[in-house]
Amino acid sequence: MFNLINPSRIFYWIEKLINFINSIFFVILIIALTFALILSPPDYLQGDSVRIMYVHVPSAWIGLASFTGIALFSILNFIFKIKNLNLVSKSIAPIGLLFTCLAIITGSLWGQPTWGTWWVWDARITSMVVLLIFYILFILSHKLIEQESKANKVSNLIAIIGLINIPIIRFSVDWWNTLHQPSSIKLDGTSSIHPSMLLPLMLMLLVLLLYCALILLMKYKTEIIRIKKKNIKRI
Amino acid sequence: MLTKKVKKRVSFLSLLLISLVLAVFFILKSLTSNILYFKSPTDIQLSQDIVSKKKIRVGGMVKKDSININNEEIKFIITDLKNEIFVSYRGTVPNLFSEGKGVVAEGTLKDKSFFIADRILAKHDEKYMPPELKDLMKKNAK
Repeated sequence: MFNLINPSRIFYWIEKLINFINSIFFVILIIALTFALILSPPDYLQGDSVRIMYVHVPSAWIGLASFTGIALFSILNFIFKIKNLNLVSKSIAPIGLLFTCLAIITGSLWGQPTWGTWWVWDARITSMVVLLIFYILFILSHKLIEQESKANKVSNLIAIIGLINIPIIRFSVDWWNTLHQPSSIKLDGTSSIHPSMLLPLMLMLLVLLLYCALILLMKYKTEIIRIKKKNIKRI
Repeated sequence: MLTKKVKKRVSFLSLLLISLVLAVFFILKSLTSNILYFKSPTDIQLSQDIVSKKKIRVGGMVKKDSININNEEIKFIITDLKNEIFVSYRGTVPNLFSEGKGVVAEGTLKDKSFFIADRILAKHDEKYMPPELKDLMKKNAK
Protein backbone atom coordinates (compact mmCIF):
# COMPACT_ATOMS: atom_id res chain seq x y z
CA MET A 1 0.00 0.00 0.00
CA PHE A 2 2.77 2.40 0.86
CA ASN A 3 4.42 1.73 -2.46
CA LEU A 4 1.93 4.17 -3.84
CA ILE A 5 3.64 6.87 -1.86
CA ASN A 6 7.01 6.30 -3.37
CA PRO A 7 8.82 9.55 -4.11
CA SER A 8 9.27 9.24 -7.85
CA ARG A 9 5.64 8.46 -8.60
CA ILE A 10 4.10 10.78 -6.04
CA PHE A 11 5.73 13.80 -7.71
CA TYR A 12 3.60 13.35 -10.78
CA TRP A 13 0.39 13.20 -8.76
CA ILE A 14 1.31 16.13 -6.56
CA GLU A 15 2.02 18.29 -9.60
CA LYS A 16 -1.29 17.30 -11.16
CA LEU A 17 -3.25 18.05 -7.97
CA ILE A 18 -1.53 21.41 -7.46
CA ASN A 19 -2.36 22.42 -11.02
CA PHE A 20 -5.95 21.34 -10.59
CA ILE A 21 -6.43 23.28 -7.35
CA ASN A 22 -4.73 26.32 -8.86
CA SER A 23 -7.14 26.27 -11.76
CA ILE A 24 -10.30 26.32 -9.63
CA PHE A 25 -9.05 28.18 -6.54
CA PHE A 26 -9.52 31.78 -7.65
CA VAL A 27 -12.94 31.16 -9.16
CA ILE A 28 -14.23 29.68 -5.90
CA LEU A 29 -12.46 32.38 -3.90
CA ILE A 30 -14.22 35.13 -5.83
CA ILE A 31 -17.61 33.40 -5.51
CA ALA A 32 -17.14 32.89 -1.76
CA LEU A 33 -15.97 36.47 -1.17
CA THR A 34 -18.92 37.83 -3.16
CA PHE A 35 -21.30 35.91 -0.96
CA ALA A 36 -19.44 36.73 2.25
CA LEU A 37 -18.92 40.44 1.63
CA ILE A 38 -21.77 41.54 -0.63
CA LEU A 39 -24.67 39.11 -1.00
CA SER A 40 -25.06 37.92 2.58
CA PRO A 41 -27.13 40.09 4.93
CA PRO A 42 -25.73 41.86 8.00
CA ASP A 43 -26.63 40.39 11.39
CA TYR A 44 -29.59 41.80 13.31
CA LEU A 45 -27.37 42.57 16.31
CA GLN A 46 -23.77 42.74 15.18
CA GLY A 47 -24.36 44.42 11.84
CA ASP A 48 -21.53 43.99 9.39
CA SER A 49 -19.02 42.66 11.89
CA VAL A 50 -20.72 39.27 11.46
CA ARG A 51 -18.63 38.98 8.29
CA ILE A 52 -15.55 38.39 10.44
CA MET A 53 -17.18 35.07 11.36
CA TYR A 54 -16.78 33.82 7.78
CA VAL A 55 -13.01 33.74 8.30
CA HIS A 56 -12.92 33.16 12.06
CA VAL A 57 -15.01 29.99 12.28
CA PRO A 58 -13.42 28.06 9.37
CA SER A 59 -9.96 29.07 10.63
CA ALA A 60 -10.69 27.74 14.08
CA TRP A 61 -12.06 24.50 12.64
CA ILE A 62 -9.00 24.04 10.45
CA GLY A 63 -6.71 24.82 13.38
CA LEU A 64 -8.39 22.13 15.48
CA ALA A 65 -8.64 19.59 12.65
CA SER A 66 -4.99 20.03 11.69
CA PHE A 67 -3.82 19.33 15.20
CA THR A 68 -6.11 16.32 15.49
CA GLY A 69 -4.65 15.05 12.23
CA ILE A 70 -1.08 15.59 13.40
CA ALA A 71 -1.81 13.83 16.69
CA LEU A 72 -3.47 10.83 15.01
CA PHE A 73 -0.57 10.51 12.56
CA SER A 74 1.80 10.72 15.51
CA ILE A 75 -0.02 7.89 17.27
CA LEU A 76 0.06 5.74 14.12
CA ASN A 77 3.70 6.59 13.61
CA PHE A 78 4.53 5.77 17.20
CA ILE A 79 2.89 2.35 16.93
CA PHE A 80 3.76 1.27 13.39
CA LYS A 81 6.83 3.45 12.69
CA ILE A 82 5.62 4.70 9.31
CA LYS A 83 8.17 7.38 8.53
CA ASN A 84 6.09 8.87 5.75
CA LEU A 85 3.56 10.06 8.30
CA ASN A 86 6.25 12.23 9.88
CA LEU A 87 6.61 14.10 6.64
CA VAL A 88 2.86 14.58 6.40
CA SER A 89 2.44 15.89 9.95
CA LYS A 90 5.51 18.09 9.52
CA SER A 91 3.83 19.59 6.44
CA ILE A 92 0.49 20.11 8.22
CA ALA A 93 1.94 21.92 11.24
CA PRO A 94 2.63 25.36 9.67
CA ILE A 95 -0.87 25.40 8.17
CA GLY A 96 -2.42 24.67 11.54
CA LEU A 97 -0.29 27.35 13.17
CA LEU A 98 -1.31 29.91 10.56
CA PHE A 99 -5.03 29.21 10.95
CA THR A 100 -4.92 29.08 14.75
CA CYS A 101 -3.27 32.52 14.68
CA LEU A 102 -5.89 33.72 12.22
CA ALA A 103 -8.72 32.44 14.43
CA ILE A 104 -7.28 34.22 17.47
CA ILE A 105 -6.62 37.50 15.63
CA THR A 106 -9.99 37.63 13.87
CA GLY A 107 -11.67 36.67 17.15
CA SER A 108 -9.97 39.59 18.85
CA LEU A 109 -11.04 41.95 16.06
CA TRP A 110 -14.62 40.69 16.44
CA GLY A 111 -14.55 40.89 20.22
CA GLN A 112 -13.84 44.61 20.29
CA PRO A 113 -17.09 45.76 18.61
CA THR A 114 -19.22 42.91 20.00
CA TRP A 115 -18.12 42.24 23.56
CA GLY A 116 -16.44 45.56 24.13
CA THR A 117 -12.97 44.16 24.70
CA TRP A 118 -10.07 42.90 22.60
CA TRP A 119 -9.10 40.11 24.92
CA VAL A 120 -10.41 38.11 27.89
CA TRP A 121 -8.94 35.05 29.55
CA ASP A 122 -12.00 32.82 29.36
CA ALA A 123 -11.79 29.05 28.89
CA ARG A 124 -12.27 29.00 25.11
CA ILE A 125 -9.72 31.67 24.33
CA THR A 126 -7.16 30.40 26.82
CA SER A 127 -7.39 26.86 25.46
CA MET A 128 -6.92 28.23 21.94
CA VAL A 129 -3.72 29.94 23.12
CA VAL A 130 -2.60 26.59 24.58
CA LEU A 131 -3.20 25.03 21.15
CA LEU A 132 -1.06 27.77 19.62
CA ILE A 133 1.73 26.97 22.08
CA PHE A 134 1.53 23.27 21.18
CA TYR A 135 1.87 24.13 17.48
CA ILE A 136 4.89 26.30 18.21
CA LEU A 137 6.47 23.54 20.32
CA PHE A 138 5.84 20.99 17.58
CA ILE A 139 7.45 23.14 14.91
CA LEU A 140 10.33 24.19 17.16
CA SER A 141 11.10 20.56 17.98
CA HIS A 142 11.74 19.96 14.28
CA LYS A 143 13.77 23.13 13.90
CA LEU A 144 15.92 22.86 17.01
CA ILE A 145 16.70 19.16 17.23
CA GLU A 146 19.28 18.30 14.58
CA GLN A 147 19.03 14.53 14.71
CA GLU A 148 15.98 13.62 12.70
CA SER A 149 14.87 10.44 14.49
CA LYS A 150 15.08 12.23 17.83
CA ALA A 151 13.17 15.25 16.49
CA ASN A 152 10.43 12.95 15.24
CA LYS A 153 10.14 11.23 18.60
CA VAL A 154 9.92 14.51 20.52
CA SER A 155 7.41 16.06 18.11
CA ASN A 156 5.25 12.93 18.18
CA LEU A 157 5.14 13.08 21.94
CA ILE A 158 4.21 16.77 21.89
CA ALA A 159 1.38 16.07 19.45
CA ILE A 160 0.03 13.15 21.50
CA ILE A 161 0.04 15.19 24.70
CA GLY A 162 -1.55 18.12 22.90
CA LEU A 163 -4.40 15.91 21.72
CA ILE A 164 -5.92 16.19 25.22
CA ASN A 165 -6.42 19.88 24.59
CA ILE A 166 -8.67 19.38 21.55
CA PRO A 167 -11.83 18.16 23.38
CA ILE A 168 -11.17 20.84 26.00
CA ILE A 169 -11.33 23.54 23.32
CA ARG A 170 -14.38 21.98 21.71
CA PHE A 171 -16.40 21.62 24.91
CA SER A 172 -15.00 24.56 26.92
CA VAL A 173 -18.06 26.62 26.06
CA ASP A 174 -20.40 23.90 27.34
CA TRP A 175 -18.51 22.89 30.48
CA TRP A 176 -17.77 26.32 31.90
CA ASN A 177 -19.18 29.83 31.87
CA THR A 178 -17.34 31.62 29.12
CA LEU A 179 -17.71 34.95 27.42
CA HIS A 180 -17.38 33.11 24.12
CA GLN A 181 -20.76 31.94 22.83
CA PRO A 182 -21.57 28.21 22.51
CA SER A 183 -21.16 26.51 19.13
CA SER A 184 -23.70 27.60 16.54
CA ILE A 185 -23.33 24.42 14.55
CA LYS A 186 -23.87 21.43 16.81
CA LEU A 187 -22.34 18.00 16.38
CA ASP A 188 -25.72 16.56 15.42
CA GLY A 189 -25.89 18.92 12.43
CA THR A 190 -28.41 21.47 13.65
CA SER A 191 -27.37 25.07 13.29
CA SER A 192 -28.55 28.36 14.73
CA ILE A 193 -27.09 30.32 11.84
CA HIS A 194 -29.57 31.52 9.25
CA PRO A 195 -29.14 29.70 5.87
CA SER A 196 -28.30 32.98 4.13
CA MET A 197 -25.24 33.22 6.42
CA LEU A 198 -24.48 29.51 6.46
CA LEU A 199 -23.87 29.45 2.71
CA PRO A 200 -20.98 31.98 2.71
CA LEU A 201 -19.57 30.26 5.80
CA MET A 202 -19.42 26.91 4.03
CA LEU A 203 -18.05 28.51 0.85
CA MET A 204 -15.28 30.19 2.83
CA LEU A 205 -14.55 26.86 4.53
CA LEU A 206 -14.18 25.27 1.10
CA VAL A 207 -11.84 28.05 -0.06
CA LEU A 208 -9.66 27.81 3.03
CA LEU A 209 -9.58 24.00 2.78
CA LEU A 210 -8.42 24.25 -0.83
CA TYR A 211 -5.75 26.71 0.26
CA CYS A 212 -4.67 24.25 2.98
CA ALA A 213 -4.48 21.42 0.45
CA LEU A 214 -2.35 23.60 -1.82
CA ILE A 215 0.11 24.55 0.91
CA LEU A 216 0.18 20.97 2.24
CA LEU A 217 1.05 19.53 -1.16
CA MET A 218 3.78 22.12 -1.73
CA LYS A 219 5.25 21.53 1.73
CA TYR A 220 5.10 17.77 1.27
CA LYS A 221 6.89 18.08 -2.06
CA THR A 222 9.62 20.12 -0.41
CA GLU A 223 10.06 17.49 2.29
CA ILE A 224 10.43 14.76 -0.33
CA ILE A 225 12.97 16.81 -2.26
CA ARG A 226 14.91 17.27 0.97
CA ILE A 227 14.97 13.50 1.46
CA LYS A 228 16.01 12.89 -2.13
CA LYS A 229 18.90 15.26 -1.64
CA LYS A 230 20.14 13.06 1.14
CA ASN A 231 20.28 10.24 -1.41
CA ILE A 232 17.80 8.02 0.30
CA LYS A 233 16.00 5.94 -2.30
CA ARG A 234 12.85 5.16 -0.35
CA ILE A 235 11.12 6.67 2.61
CA MET B 1 1.47 -6.52 11.45
CA LEU B 2 0.61 -7.09 15.11
CA THR B 3 4.02 -8.12 16.31
CA LYS B 4 5.01 -8.20 19.94
CA LYS B 5 6.68 -4.80 19.64
CA VAL B 6 3.56 -3.21 18.21
CA LYS B 7 1.40 -4.60 20.99
CA LYS B 8 3.83 -3.28 23.56
CA ARG B 9 3.70 0.19 22.02
CA VAL B 10 -0.09 0.15 21.89
CA SER B 11 -0.40 -0.71 25.56
CA PHE B 12 2.23 1.89 26.50
CA LEU B 13 0.43 4.54 24.50
CA SER B 14 -3.01 3.74 25.90
CA LEU B 15 -1.60 3.84 29.43
CA LEU B 16 0.02 7.19 28.70
CA LEU B 17 -3.20 8.60 27.24
CA ILE B 18 -5.39 7.33 30.07
CA SER B 19 -3.11 8.75 32.74
CA LEU B 20 -2.90 12.05 30.85
CA VAL B 21 -6.68 12.30 30.58
CA LEU B 22 -7.07 11.51 34.27
CA ALA B 23 -4.41 14.04 35.26
CA VAL B 24 -5.94 16.79 33.14
CA PHE B 25 -9.41 15.91 34.39
CA PHE B 26 -8.42 16.28 38.04
CA ILE B 27 -6.44 19.46 37.41
CA LEU B 28 -9.40 21.05 35.64
CA LYS B 29 -11.81 19.79 38.28
CA SER B 30 -9.84 21.42 41.07
CA LEU B 31 -9.48 24.64 39.10
CA THR B 32 -13.16 24.93 38.15
CA SER B 33 -13.79 28.07 40.16
CA ASN B 34 -10.87 29.77 38.43
CA ILE B 35 -11.86 28.62 34.95
CA LEU B 36 -15.39 29.96 35.26
CA TYR B 37 -15.21 33.35 33.59
CA PHE B 38 -18.16 34.70 35.54
CA LYS B 39 -20.56 33.73 38.31
CA SER B 40 -24.30 33.68 37.98
CA PRO B 41 -26.52 35.52 40.48
CA THR B 42 -27.47 32.11 41.90
CA ASP B 43 -23.80 31.24 42.52
CA ILE B 44 -23.47 34.47 44.48
CA GLN B 45 -26.59 33.81 46.53
CA LEU B 46 -25.31 30.35 47.41
CA SER B 47 -21.70 31.24 48.18
CA GLN B 48 -20.80 31.60 51.83
CA ASP B 49 -17.59 33.58 51.84
CA ILE B 50 -17.91 36.79 49.93
CA VAL B 51 -15.01 39.17 50.17
CA SER B 52 -16.50 42.48 49.24
CA LYS B 53 -13.21 44.07 48.16
CA LYS B 54 -12.29 41.30 45.75
CA LYS B 55 -13.00 41.82 42.06
CA ILE B 56 -15.40 39.33 40.56
CA ARG B 57 -17.48 38.98 37.42
CA VAL B 58 -21.20 38.43 37.36
CA GLY B 59 -22.93 37.24 34.23
CA GLY B 60 -26.44 36.57 33.05
CA MET B 61 -29.22 38.25 31.15
CA VAL B 62 -30.17 41.90 31.42
CA LYS B 63 -33.70 41.82 32.80
CA LYS B 64 -36.40 43.27 30.54
CA ASP B 65 -37.38 46.88 31.37
CA SER B 66 -34.75 47.13 34.08
CA ILE B 67 -32.26 49.52 32.46
CA ASN B 68 -32.34 52.91 34.10
CA ILE B 69 -30.00 55.65 32.90
CA ASN B 70 -29.55 58.90 34.79
CA ASN B 71 -26.62 61.29 35.29
CA GLU B 72 -24.26 59.02 33.37
CA GLU B 73 -25.02 56.23 35.76
CA ILE B 74 -26.58 53.07 34.42
CA LYS B 75 -28.57 50.79 36.67
CA PHE B 76 -29.89 47.46 35.59
CA ILE B 77 -30.66 43.97 36.85
CA ILE B 78 -28.76 40.84 35.90
CA THR B 79 -30.89 37.74 36.11
CA ASP B 80 -30.39 34.04 35.53
CA LEU B 81 -34.15 33.51 35.74
CA LYS B 82 -33.80 32.19 39.32
CA ASN B 83 -32.02 34.97 41.16
CA GLU B 84 -31.33 38.58 40.40
CA ILE B 85 -28.68 41.12 41.22
CA PHE B 86 -28.75 44.91 40.95
CA VAL B 87 -25.87 46.45 39.06
CA SER B 88 -24.76 50.05 39.07
CA TYR B 89 -22.22 51.25 36.52
CA ARG B 90 -20.59 54.48 35.34
CA GLY B 91 -19.11 54.60 31.87
CA THR B 92 -19.77 53.49 28.34
CA VAL B 93 -21.43 50.21 27.51
CA PRO B 94 -20.73 48.08 24.42
CA ASN B 95 -23.06 48.43 21.44
CA LEU B 96 -24.62 45.05 21.99
CA PHE B 97 -25.63 45.81 25.56
CA SER B 98 -29.42 45.71 25.64
CA GLU B 99 -32.40 44.28 27.46
CA GLY B 100 -32.90 40.56 27.23
CA LYS B 101 -29.32 39.99 26.07
CA GLY B 102 -26.35 38.40 27.79
CA VAL B 103 -24.00 40.56 29.81
CA VAL B 104 -20.92 40.15 31.99
CA ALA B 105 -20.16 42.81 34.60
CA GLU B 106 -16.78 43.12 36.31
CA GLY B 107 -16.50 44.84 39.65
CA THR B 108 -17.11 44.42 43.37
CA LEU B 109 -20.06 43.23 45.42
CA LYS B 110 -21.55 45.57 47.97
CA ASP B 111 -23.77 42.83 49.26
CA LYS B 112 -25.36 39.72 47.82
CA SER B 113 -27.85 41.63 45.74
CA PHE B 114 -25.99 44.81 44.87
CA PHE B 115 -23.03 44.97 42.54
CA ILE B 116 -20.87 47.91 41.56
CA ALA B 117 -19.41 47.34 38.11
CA ASP B 118 -16.41 49.06 36.61
CA ARG B 119 -16.51 47.22 33.30
CA ILE B 120 -19.40 45.87 31.22
CA LEU B 121 -18.97 43.28 28.50
CA ALA B 122 -21.75 42.15 26.20
CA LYS B 123 -22.16 38.41 25.73
CA HIS B 124 -23.32 37.42 22.29
CA ASP B 125 -25.41 34.29 21.82
CA GLU B 126 -24.91 31.67 19.13
CA LYS B 127 -27.76 32.87 16.91
CA TYR B 128 -27.06 34.65 13.66
CA MET B 129 -29.84 36.00 11.47
CA PRO B 130 -30.59 38.85 9.07
CA PRO B 131 -32.46 41.93 10.44
CA GLU B 132 -35.58 41.35 8.30
CA LEU B 133 -36.11 38.00 9.94
CA LYS B 134 -35.86 39.54 13.39
CA ASP B 135 -38.54 42.10 12.49
CA LEU B 136 -40.73 39.31 11.20
CA MET B 137 -40.32 37.37 14.43
CA LYS B 138 -41.21 40.45 16.47
CA LYS B 139 -44.36 40.94 14.41
CA ASN B 140 -45.37 37.33 14.88
CA ALA B 141 -44.82 37.58 18.59
CA LYS B 142 -47.18 40.53 18.88
